[in-house]
Amino acid sequence: MNQNIRMALVGNPNAGKTTLFNALTGARQHVGNYPGITVDYKEGVFTHDSQKITLTDLPGTYSLTAYSMEEVVTRDYLVKEKPQVVINIVDASNLERNLYLTTQFLELGCPLIIALNMIDVARDRGVEVKAEKLAELMGVPVVPIIARSGQGAETLISQAILQATQPWQPRDISYGEDLDETIMELIALISEHDFLTETYPARFTAIKYLEHDDQILQKGQQDDSATAVRLEAKVNQVSDHLLKTMDAYPEAIIADHRYGFIKSILRQGVQSHSFDTDRLYTSDKIDKVVTNRLLGPVIMLMILFGLYQFTFTWSELPVSWLETLFSWLSGQVETLLPDGPVKSMIISGIIDGMGGVLGFVPLIMFMFLGIAVLEDSGYLARVAFMMDRIFRIFGLHGSSVMPFIVSGGIAGGCAVPGVMATRTLRSPKERIATLLTVPFMNCGAKVPVLALLIGAFFSESKALYMFLFTLLAWVVALLTAKLLRATVLKGAATPFVMELPPYRFPTLRGLAIHTWERTWQYIKKAGTVILGISILLWALMTYPGLPEATRADYEQQRQDITASFAPAIMSESSSEKEEVSEEAMALRRQLLTLDNEEAEQALRNSIAGRIGIALEPVSRLAGFDWRTNIALVGGFAAKEVIISTLGTAYSMGKVEADASGSLGERLSRDPNWSKVVAVAALIFIMFYAPCFVTVVCIAKEAGHWGWALFSISFNTFFAFLMATAVFQIGSRLG
Amino acid sequence: MPELNLRQMKKDQSGIIASIKVGGELGLRMREMGLVPGTKITIQGRAPLNDPVALRVMGGILTLRNNEADHIMVTVDDKDTREPVA
Repeated sequence: MNQNIRMALVGNPNAGKTTLFNALTGARQHVGNYPGITVDYKEGVFTHDSQKITLTDLPGTYSLTAYSMEEVVTRDYLVKEKPQVVINIVDASNLERNLYLTTQFLELGCPLIIALNMIDVARDRGVEVKAEKLAELMGVPVVPIIARSGQGAETLISQAILQATQPWQPRDISYGEDLDETIMELIALISEHDFLTETYPARFTAIKYLEHDDQILQKGQQDDSATAVRLEAKVNQVSDHLLKTMDAYPEAIIADHRYGFIKSILRQGVQSHSFDTDRLYTSDKIDKVVTNRLLGPVIMLMILFGLYQFTFTWSELPVSWLETLFSWLSGQVETLLPDGPVKSMIISGIIDGMGGVLGFVPLIMFMFLGIAVLEDSGYLARVAFMMDRIFRIFGLHGSSVMPFIVSGGIAGGCAVPGVMATRTLRSPKERIATLLTVPFMNCGAKVPVLALLIGAFFSESKALYMFLFTLLAWVVALLTAKLLRATVLKGAATPFVMELPPYRFPTLRGLAIHTWERTWQYIKKAGTVILGISILLWALMTYPGLPEATRADYEQQRQDITASFAPAIMSESSSEKEEVSEEAMALRRQLLTLDNEEAEQALRNSIAGRIGIALEPVSRLAGFDWRTNIALVGGFAAKEVIISTLGTAYSMGKVEADASGSLGERLSRDPNWSKVVAVAALIFIMFYAPCFVTVVCIAKEAGHWGWALFSISFNTFFAFLMATAVFQIGSRLG
Repeated sequence: MPELNLRQMKKDQSGIIASIKVGGELGLRMREMGLVPGTKITIQGRAPLNDPVALRVMGGILTLRNNEADHIMVTVDDKDTREPVA
């Protein structure tokens, strides 16, 4: 039998599922794509005794209800793809709760094998699990393994292959007299009408009806609404009866009996404890310090600050290598290609765009490595535990703290890895709210823009203003989250019932795979879109260019200026030398002024410039002239572009983000600018549309372009409102 | 054997869950994590701002917000506030 066997890996989060998957498949894995499913899951192919096996790693879940995306994905995969074997990994040190999910696989009837993981941890805790006894009582093969070291994995797979020929065979678990009777009636009705029986076993459907499972109820309505109505009526009748007589919901009774079933098995000599079950383990001792009331927050701040330093300081070097590489590439193109639109597009559109995509790669790698360490070690769950009380006030979740910090909660982060860090949140509404508000933080690209304006208008107390604006970012982001959760993302808080897994040392292999996988996803998914937008923005700022007559006019002026100097000065000026005579310098200056003026005219005439001018009547409300408008349009490419675009718009030629002093002076002398305008501009820049790299990431993470468009329009409108308020009130107060 | 609301239990206090009166997603999440009547729980500790609370259940640790813990009634021993075992 050399045919490919399809296996699926299921289990609770923290049971060691990913570790086992990595141990079995190594680097030979890829993210699977099945139509209509937004939660990713991975597939790996490997051979065991010349038997080819495809293993699918399904999301970790505690149950098979329809409350979360992870559960729906797992359930749908099992019933639709019908894997030949389902490997259920359970944590031997936490067996009772882990088997709760197992009972649901038994009811579904898939050919099952239990991988009894962490027998070493269990033994250290004085828990001995007799695998043969468990296998006998559950009627399912059980293989003890240690996923971290790979011990037992070979046996597990040999055993699993033997299971591949088994048919699907649902098992019955008794739910007590009242419910069993109802279940039989429901099954009769289901079988009679072949109701959903193509996909689900009749008993499974009956139980899901009793559990009020939304997804199954909906499917039932679509498939055969007459039968669905009859089933629902029966269920409602029983629910009412149970509530009256026993004061209990049917789903609660079902859960009780599942645990009863598990307990009855464990009691028959499967599990033995040699110590007191309340003993404190190493992990609990660490928690006594790490989540201590006073020490806990201090340690947390230190760790988060450390992560931040690690991500943004250590990635500087590889980022600078990439910058060098891309400027070298630009240089090569500069010398190789003749001047013209193709060259301009390759340099400003493609190379800058690629640089934009890849420039984030070291950042993303470092951040995900840091987060993977915190996540795999179990610390991230503690952070959520400690911060939840504060973030909950704003309709968020304790886990939201990480994305906020990474995005610039400490000024200088980056919203791109910040948005991607929201993956650690399992609550859908809280996650979207976090995703949409983290771009308000002061990322590393906004900082030089803030520094420019603060330096130009509030040079007397720079540090204070910088601090105030960081604080303002937090206040606005959290209040906006609250606003979103009360309007478009309305709904009760997702239950916080969360596990604090025991502390564990992350495995190197796990960290490497984790980090690489997420980085690659970013490059692959976001890369192409970002490149496209980069070229589009370049076109907006370049076309249609100056009319032929105007260009000829500038050329004429250039010749006139040059002709007014002696030929000797002319050749001296155009030489490569830095040190030249006073007259040659004067010539250079005059030519440069003319070049800058031409660049300003070209920008003004470009599509972006026309947009800027067209918007002036509106933007005047917030005190912005057309030059600022163009810069803000450019800022959609990357916030630091605001500086260089302002430079061009003010005829100052190329202005570097880190040396913008002269531009600051120019702004402070400009009659269109004042302290009030500066504050309005600062506020607008902090809160308007995120740069498009962030926007693309929002779309990818939310699984929906709608949220990305919402983020662009809502943020811009909201920022404009605030900027207008500041400008109008500020100018009235004088 | 007095019955207490989980919110009122002290650190390191143990008890047996008497009832959980909540349906829907919250009820389900609690049950699937092992919070069912008859289960022994111990208060492991509380977050710095007193909320959420961490519980030891079936050999693992779970966290709950106080307003979620309100649905759980626990039977505790009178003499309970035992010393933690080092």
